[in-house]
Amino acid sequence: MAEQDLHRQHISGQFNQELETATAHMLEMGGVVEKQVLAAVAALLELDSGDAQAVIESDRAINAMELDIDDECFRILARRQPAASDLRLVLAIGKVIIDLERIGDESSRIARQAIALSEQAEDDLARPWTQKIATIVAEMLRGALDAFARRDAQAALALARGDEEIDANMAGAMTALADTMRSDPEAVEACITTMWVLRSLERIGDHARNIAEYVIYMVEGVDVRHAELEAVLDLLPER
Amino acid sequence: MSTHGFDLDAMNRRPWAPAPEADVALSVERLNLSYSGKPALRDIDLSIPRRRVTAFIGPSGCGKSSLLRCFNRMNDLVDGCVVSGRVMLEDTNIYLPTVDVSQLRRRVGMVFQKPNPFPMSVYENVAYGLRIQGINRRRHLDEIVEKSLRSAALWDEVKDRLEDNALGLSGGQQQRLVIARTIAVEPEMVLLDEPASSLDPISTLKIEELIYELKSKYTIVIVTHNMQQAARVSDMTAFMNLGRLVEYDSTDRLFTNPRQRQTEDYITGRYG
Repeated sequence: MAEQDLHRQHISGQFNQELETATAHMLEMGGVVEKQVLAAVAALLELDSGDAQAVIESDRAINAMELDIDDECFRILARRQPAASDLRLVLAIGKVIIDLERIGDESSRIARQAIALSEQAEDDLARPWTQKIATIVAEMLRGALDAFARRDAQAALALARGDEEIDANMAGAMTALADTMRSDPEAVEACITTMWVLRSLERIGDHARNIAEYVIYMVEGVDVRHAELEAVLDLLPER
Repeated sequence: MSTHGFDLDAMNRRPWAPAPEADVALSVERLNLSYSGKPALRDIDLSIPRRRVTAFIGPSGCGKSSLLRCFNRMNDLVDGCVVSGRVMLEDTNIYLPTVDVSQLRRRVGMVFQKPNPFPMSVYENVAYGLRIQGINRRRHLDEIVEKSLRSAALWDEVKDRLEDNALGLSGGQQQRLVIARTIAVEPEMVLLDEPASSLDPISTLKIEELIYELKSKYTIVIVTHNMQQAARVSDMTAFMNLGRLVEYDSTDRLFTNPRQRQTEDYITGRYG
């Protein structure tokens, strides 16, 4: 339904083009940010400070993309006065790029912690959990961007459930780090660094969830931010 | 889908929305209209909220002006026009043969696309309807003329030229004069048929501002081709197509998340 609406052509082919281009740019930025997350996590797990430095440096490109896409949205709003699904699309793009840019920032933070950790320890002290959480948040991010590209509100809704798994792994990681700190005071610094990493990963998950929520807003016109999951199901139109 | 009633929750979320209680000023029931046997309106049901602005939008020939003209029986003047169904103003069906049409048009005033001031002075234009009602006392007339011109946001521009011919005013001023003339007889409802489409952007904004001011006292219904104008000025919007009412909802809802595909296509420029 909504999916077809969005793909139908406008009378103005140029307007069509503008909306499609802004969407493509946003998805492209999403792809770059996703790579950034994976690169930061890889640098961390390999304790490779060179790769970590590269992640930090490429954050500038993400910031530039955000500004460009923001400008595109601003121009569409000013010149086209979009309504209904077009308006929701432009607003959603404008919000998604803010979260993407912040995911980029968190990736840089992880990269900085990777550099620190490479000087503090031989290994990531919560490796299995870090790996697990990184996998979940990277999947969430990819899923949210896919849901955007396919205008799939149901898929976006399903993503909101990824949260619980992250919480469980965070709890496991924290317990393990606390145990290490108790038994080996030398490792406290490295443990704290690892905690910062986990915190950044958790935030990336939150941003991915935000993106999923914007997808629901864009497709269904329903704002599900700050709503409980059960309430969200009530808000959505019946299928 | 919501074609009846008002989404008051949505309306009240607007920070600039007036008093929450919106009762019905006029309601249309099973209205059908044809011109020489050709149907122009099909089974229209809708209610117009009191002291709110309701906009009718839709492509040319969709029936929006025909519907508007039913509200004060302007269509009576069209040969071959047949109307069935009911148009209830208060508790009266205005299509009953016993209804006094001049009286009805005093209660339900109308402003057209092209400003149509009478070829007489600014003052006499506004006083015209009152004189017809037998009001001739100069002081009383002075009062109402000034009040009406002030309400129409025209007083400051014409107070020193009340005796000048109204045809010497600019298009935008003429349209506001016509609105002053309409409200001088204290109607309950004001129908605006493309009131700003022949005006420049500044005059258009003045008319829109005026519409906003007037809705505290009058029920306003506006037909417009300009969707942004409907979005700017109205509380409720009705989208019509091919003589049918496709969707009727709060303007906020209709322009952000319409329920019907046809509405979506029209307001996003995918129509046609």
